[in-house]
Amino acid sequence: MKNPFSKKTKGPKKPLTIEQKISRRNFISFGTFFIVSGAAYGGWKWLYNSPEEVATVTAGARAPLRRALNKTELAFRRVFSNNHLVKTYPKAMAAKNVRHNEDIGSEGKIDVAAWKLQVKKQSGEVLSISLADIKALPKTDIVFDFKCVEGWDQISHWGGVKFSDFIKHFKLDDQTALQYVGLETPNKGYYVGIDMPSAMHPQTLLAYEVNEKPLPPKHGAPLRLIIPVKYGIKNLKRIGTITFSNQRPPDYWAEQGYDYYSGL
Amino acid sequence: MKAIKEKHPLAMRWTHWVNFPILTIMIWSGMLIYWANDEYSITLFGHTFFSFFPEGFYKTFNITHRLSEGMAFHFLFMWAFALNGLVYVLYTIISGEWRELVPQKKSFKEAWLVLLHDLHIRKMAPPQKKYNAAQRIAYTAIIVMGFGSLITGLAIYKPVQFYYLTWLCGGYHFARIIHFALTIGYVFFFLIHIIQVILAGWNNFRSVISGFEVINVKDPEPIIETPTPPADEKPIQ
Repeated sequence: MKNPFSKKTKGPKKPLTIEQKISRRNFISFGTFFIVSGAAYGGWKWLYNSPEEVATVTAGARAPLRRALNKTELAFRRVFSNNHLVKTYPKAMAAKNVRHNEDIGSEGKIDVAAWKLQVKKQSGEVLSISLADIKALPKTDIVFDFKCVEGWDQISHWGGVKFSDFIKHFKLDDQTALQYVGLETPNKGYYVGIDMPSAMHPQTLLAYEVNEKPLPPKHGAPLRLIIPVKYGIKNLKRIGTITFSNQRPPDYWAEQGYDYYSGL
Repeated sequence: MKAIKEKHPLAMRWTHWVNFPILTIMIWSGMLIYWANDEYSITLFGHTFFSFFPEGFYKTFNITHRLSEGMAFHFLFMWAFALNGLVYVLYTIISGEWRELVPQKKSFKEAWLVLLHDLHIRKMAPPQKKYNAAQRIAYTAIIVMGFGSLITGLAIYKPVQFYYLTWLCGGYHFARIIHFALTIGYVFFFLIHIIQVILAGWNNFRSVISGFEVINVKDPEPIIETPTPPADEKPIQ
């Protein structure tokens, strides 16, 4: 069958000259190069100028980057294991002067005697637990390298109750079927959300001591979270309330563009 | 007569040019992160020669107070950086292209001769195939560096889950230092790379986009028919 539209076929095509070959290949490759470069630049502009996410439990990040952070969280959650322990050090290596960055939500002094930890079960039942009740549980010490999201780190020594021991003792096991633990300071000025596996990690503590002395106010008296599998931003000082939920609890720094998971 | 000589395969051209913007974004977002704890300097015998980085540098490039932004970009583009690197390495292995790239025994000695030649101290450069000895070392080193960035990056990103990588990198502090130093290395590589590309000229640069170089080949000798003398003819004395 002859193609009726190709009237110009006059025998075999002439082979391209070398010059024609060169300019043809240059045209195709440089054309592709500039088009793809342009598209890449356009893609970058789109990402850089993409709107901020709608403020929910997370806020302050570009919407596509927040989606990426959440996807990346899922990928790295797969390698999380209770068998992966943070490296521990001998007591002698712990800093005497423990670094102090922020007091958001735990400013000033607190009346330790009057303080009670409120544990809100999902059923609505509230446990009110005194510091003495917590100190009565077996104590765990940890000397580890505390890591700040800013990039600094410091070996420090903390003492308290394993979060998992605390859960068992107060018969909160059913609550651990939920996906998240929320912690808040008594004045609700600072709050964090922790995924359940990280909270139940064997090195997560409800700490009441630093360097074998009761926590001073600036380090979160009377009780703070020490969670070595997270950056410092998740190590909430002066715990007021603990909640359990299947939804992500509010998180102070996740509302300011930081990754919700912030796991190490 | 001109001729086309194939030089860079398509896969190498793509991965090269894809890497360029990704690495730029990784370095930039890395700076946003580093600013939050910019503790490194070159200090010898108590005298600080250079502090990374001067305030003016941060101001010029608008780097301050952008930690969360830096992390968000860094932890997205790390995937692209790793993936593109993986594609490149797999390609060079499967295609056999690595033979042109990996330094040979003689490369380390020859690289000096190449350097002397490039600095116009020595007239002759050692003979080479696709890449000269210095290029073999540089282009292999940059891949090792990229792998190093990936490993040290993971070591400081997830030091608990990848504790063995952190240990392998000499601990959290040392891993962060290597991660930083490698980045400075990329900047130096880039500067020298650009100078060399400019000196090598258009034909060379074009080959990284179009894949081929134009070379001159000798025109084929015209065919001259030599008449065979008749048998009865006497040769001319």
